[in-house]
Amino acid sequence: MATETLTLGKALNTGLRRALENDPKVVIMGEDVGKLGGVFRITDGLQKDFGDQRVIDTPLAESGIIGTAVGLAIRGFRPVCEIQFDGFVYPAYDQIVSQVAKMHYRSQGKVTIPMVIRIPYGGGIGAVEHHSESPEAYFSHTAGLKVVTCANPQDAYVMIQQAIASDDPIVFLEPKRRYWEKGPVELDAPLSGAYPLHSARVVRPGTAATVLAYGPMVRTCIEAATAAAEDGRELEVVDLRTLSPLDLTAVYESVRRTGRCVVVHEAPGNLGLGSEIAARITEECFYSLESPVLRVTGYDTPYPASRVEEEYLPDLDRVLDAVDRSFGW
Amino acid sequence: MAKGDPAVSSRGRRAAPRSRRTAATGEPELVQLLTPTGERIESAVGPDGTEYRVDFTDEEYRGLYRDLVLVRKLDAEATALQRQGELGLWASLLGQEAAQVGSGRALRSQDMAFPTYREHGVLYCRGIDPIMPLGLFRGVDQGGWDPNEFKFNMYTIVIGAQTLHATGYAMGVHMDGRTGTEDGEAVIAYFGDGATSQGDVNESFVWASVFNVPLVFFCQNNQYAISEPLERQTRVPLYRRAGGFGFPGVRVDGNDVLASYAVTRHALDNARLGQGPSLIEAYTYRMGAHTTSDDPTRYRIASEVEAWQAKDPIARMKAFLDKQQIADADFFASVDEQARAESVHLRERVLELPDPAPVSMFDHVYPHGSPEVDAQRAQFSRYLESFEGSAH
Repeated sequence: MATETLTLGKALNTGLRRALENDPKVVIMGEDVGKLGGVFRITDGLQKDFGDQRVIDTPLAESGIIGTAVGLAIRGFRPVCEIQFDGFVYPAYDQIVSQVAKMHYRSQGKVTIPMVIRIPYGGGIGAVEHHSESPEAYFSHTAGLKVVTCANPQDAYVMIQQAIASDDPIVFLEPKRRYWEKGPVELDAPLSGAYPLHSARVVRPGTAATVLAYGPMVRTCIEAATAAAEDGRELEVVDLRTLSPLDLTAVYESVRRTGRCVVVHEAPGNLGLGSEIAARITEECFYSLESPVLRVTGYDTPYPASRVEEEYLPDLDRVLDAVDRSFGW
Repeated sequence: MAKGDPAVSSRGRRAAPRSRRTAATGEPELVQLLTPTGERIESAVGPDGTEYRVDFTDEEYRGLYRDLVLVRKLDAEATALQRQGELGLWASLLGQEAAQVGSGRALRSQDMAFPTYREHGVLYCRGIDPIMPLGLFRGVDQGGWDPNEFKFNMYTIVIGAQTLHATGYAMGVHMDGRTGTEDGEAVIAYFGDGATSQGDVNESFVWASVFNVPLVFFCQNNQYAISEPLERQTRVPLYRRAGGFGFPGVRVDGNDVLASYAVTRHALDNARLGQGPSLIEAYTYRMGAHTTSDDPTRYRIASEVEAWQAKDPIARMKAFLDKQQIADADFFASVDEQARAESVHLRERVLELPDPAPVSMFDHVYPHGSPEVDAQRAQFSRYLESFEGSAH
């Protein structure tokens, strides 16, 4: 099998290319996705090779990108929309939650909206306001949408193709600060044989405590686990991969094994994914728990100016501190 | 266009409010083929010089009249059902029959329509059972027809959202190579005057224009967005917005079924031939409430309603048929009887619409299902079963 070392961004690009090749109904649309290849170059070279009817530079209007994609989907296309940055998705929020999410339900199954909404999300790149947000809870709260995120190049390559092939409307969150990180990608891996889209994965086995993370925080948590191992504490790191629906089976299995759990995400803690996960674990695994489920999250502030974002974002020390608290109970 | 229009006026600022009102809501220049008294106009010229005319057989004229009467009667029945508590809400089309039947009959079978929640007349023209929207307003479903089978999409309640769907669908038609020929496909998007203030409608204008899609924007300007009059939405006649976006706009007498048909057919044909989008402003009036929830006597005066009453779309068609001896008293009586019978039948069927099974709320959330929803369905089913045999 052909295995290449790719950045996460290039893996996405390669996955998109594969999807365009495999299905003539797949179209990519968004601002600057054509000649420029997207501001992060995730669609680099695709318009050149597939033409401007497959890779469509749109007017600058996010609601329009999503709303017209709904119409294309009704027509039988499989649109892949790029929202340029997390903080710019809100003008399209109505179309996503009121239309994309509900069309299938409203039509009693007669209409499907097989579209993917790609959003580079999260902080850590020193960006200005509106360019570092984590809107996953808004979308995870909306029935009818599925929300997934990748954390490494292999998943990026496979998951984007799985998302495009799925008839579910999917919000595909791309951890933008991990775009440039490299890893091995098995290019010939069949999608059906790969890890299913809607499943969590243990990325580092351990026995002392479970650390749940997704997207950009997975790497942070692996680093924390490496540091903890040096102190003789083996942490199990679980990459959730899918945020809606949550793969709770995998979560419960891990927590029952370790008896302790720390949930880590960049988004503010209040009503974030961590709140839901902690509640569910408490309901289902109460007698297996040695201590309360703890959360390490962004603070309940607007995303701060980039000079202080390192303080805002959960890091290795905050994760390890939470693990310590879990053991101090 | 009206001489006092502020967009072209060189008048001072003090004169602006008066001319603004005239421009937006005053007596418009519009395409008309049938006067309110039933006089037939041979042809009418639009703002870009397009000449509109129709040539129907007597049977077709009678058919249009039958459509108008039927959709009005069915609509009245739905209003009555709401008043009797059988529907949660109803959005009446009373007064807008000609705009809907005219445009609806101009559609060809291959054309796709994207309605709001008031297009019961267009729905009827698409061959959909008129009971379908009543399920939505009764609360037993959210619209039960198959959009692809009937080429008529689900009702859209969020104002203007469907114009973007129509635009995207029309992009797809173009990308599928289904434009540029006589038998090409066209798309029509319905919306109201209030919707023209929405971002989505303006975004769809931009999109449709720059991608040159086969789309007809059909705005039924019924003068009010719930209680807000037209001058709260615009300072210029709505059809003239099109010019700023780069495609033609025309205002048609929306109470004239012949002109509504002619203008829409022309716009659809242009679209299917690859000549891009256009905007039709059907100048009409909502005779009833926005929905059964509001009280129009709070926000509009009786004389205005009476003035529009004199422009009634059915009365003028009837006068025309009568004068031209296209239809006789027996015909009119038979149409009335058909409408009465169909509305009685509709009433009977609405009362028999079964409530959905409670567990059906979990159906069709996701095409590929979801373990979360499946688990909740199972839990809910067990909960329901726990009541069996009890006196809850």
